[in-house]
Amino acid sequence: MLPFVALLVPAFYARAEPALFGFPFFYWYQFAWLLATSGLTALVYRATR
Amino acid sequence: MSATEPSRLPIDPIAVGVFLVMFAAVTILGFFAARWRRGDLTQLHEWGLAGRRFGVAVSWFLIGGDLYTAYTLIAVPAAVFGTGAPGFFAVPYTIIAYPIMFLVMPRLWCVSEKHGFVTPADFVRARYGSAPLALAIAITGILATMPYIALQLVGIQVVIAALGFTGTGLAADVPLIVAFLILAAYTYSSGLRAPALIAFVKDAMIYIVILVAIAAIPLRLGGFAHLFTVAQAHFAATTPPTGSVILAPKAYWSYATLALGSALALFMYPHAITGILSASRVDVVKRNAVLLPAYSLLLGLVALLGYAAIVAGVHVTKPSDALPALFAALFPSWFVGFAFAAIAIGALVPAAIMSIAAANLWTRNIYKAYLKPDATDAEEARSAKIASLLVKLGALAFIIWVPTQYAINLQLLGGIWMLQTVPAIVVGLYRRWFHHRALLIGWLAGMLSGTALSFSQGVKPTLAFTLGTYTIAPYIGLDALVVNLIVAAALTPVFDRMGAPRHADSTLAADYAAA
Repeated sequence: MLPFVALLVPAFYARAEPALFGFPFFYWYQFAWLLATSGLTALVYRATR
Repeated sequence: MSATEPSRLPIDPIAVGVFLVMFAAVTILGFFAARWRRGDLTQLHEWGLAGRRFGVAVSWFLIGGDLYTAYTLIAVPAAVFGTGAPGFFAVPYTIIAYPIMFLVMPRLWCVSEKHGFVTPADFVRARYGSAPLALAIAITGILATMPYIALQLVGIQVVIAALGFTGTGLAADVPLIVAFLILAAYTYSSGLRAPALIAFVKDAMIYIVILVAIAAIPLRLGGFAHLFTVAQAHFAATTPPTGSVILAPKAYWSYATLALGSALALFMYPHAITGILSASRVDVVKRNAVLLPAYSLLLGLVALLGYAAIVAGVHVTKPSDALPALFAALFPSWFVGFAFAAIAIGALVPAAIMSIAAANLWTRNIYKAYLKPDATDAEEARSAKIASLLVKLGALAFIIWVPTQYAINLQLLGGIWMLQTVPAIVVGLYRRWFHHRALLIGWLAGMLSGTALSFSQGVKPTLAFTLGTYTIAPYIGLDALVVNLIVAAALTPVFDRMGAPRHADSTLAADYAAA
């Protein structure tokens, strides 16, 4: 459920700094959660199989 | 829609040649698909769900090709090109959709496999024993799917125009009509196998195009940091600013609620459920919830190409032309032809699956439920094949004679409508607490209030509320869903107390878990 909280409150991440490889925080934060969400889902899948 | 701009590039023979070759190859594949994993295509579950035989890889391509449509690949960068950060909501939306899929869809797959359900309305019928409620679910699905198919045609139209084919009147639409007749013919003969096989080619092409574009374009234009800086300056140059690279505080609510509402609606869409139900095992569904976000990564990168189009200074009359114009400006002809073919083929896969899904709903929940209850399996399949043709012809006629904006508006309303099936389907997968009549009235309340609110805003997705000094603008689909849930929850005890009978539930608790 972590991704829901992390992504559905834009106030957490609607900022430019800190930038990463030229990507403002707003963008790389969301890309990072994309990978994290997939990873968390995989963990749950393993744990419940 | 034949209003194309007069000032177009001349027809580029190499680009057109590559485009036609790719398109022809895919057509052959579409007809060949009937023989792939051969089944008896006179059975509805064989034609419309490909016999529920798809493994992890095929499902990944099929569902990915189904959800990330050509229209999406054009509309998302167009939104970023036009407004900046608000257009990026598609990324959180397509991230949080997958935990929802992981939780909910295995239950639907299990109960559907056990009872031979082909559509979500089949499930609702069995769960609540109510044909009218199932009809409501089926009609919602068909209504929301039709404009979505029409928008896939817009995707094809945009690239055909960008290839240089222009004309006036009906002549301008000839390439589109040809493309669509081909699609209709192989969907009719091969069913769901056709888009599944084509999805391999389509997704491979799209991945190549996007990865090349993402590697090459920022380099050509001075790096990602430069893209963001120039785009910000571009938005700030007008007063009031036309957009922003970082989301503005007043857009927080709409950004978050659009992402959540769209994610909830996504797996209610008939074409998404058709993709899920064609999986061979429940494990396939769960693994795909882990693997499908790869497409969201792609979508996020494509979205950023909207900024690249700003930096490249493309001049377009409609934002939807931004991406094709960017490609035409920066790449050699053969690659432009390849990229445009990828987008056009990318439109055919979801259009085929959507028409199959709508046809399944028609056949199971209207034709068989009301018109011909004693229909045989062969009659069911034949009815679905004919319905798939009619649905597509309707979409084609719509796009030729009605302004494109209507299709866009209807698709937006479609998302609001699909959300109104959440109480019956999602809640129904867990509990049978709601009374079926309360659900039906709740659905009606949600449909009417959502449609009315959207029209009151000039067919916009959000509605602003002022709470004291604070203004929020949440997604209307969620507002209507709240109305829907409140009505259904309030009326359930009323109907129960009145003694309105509940029908038998033909599913068992054990049916929802993997065997």
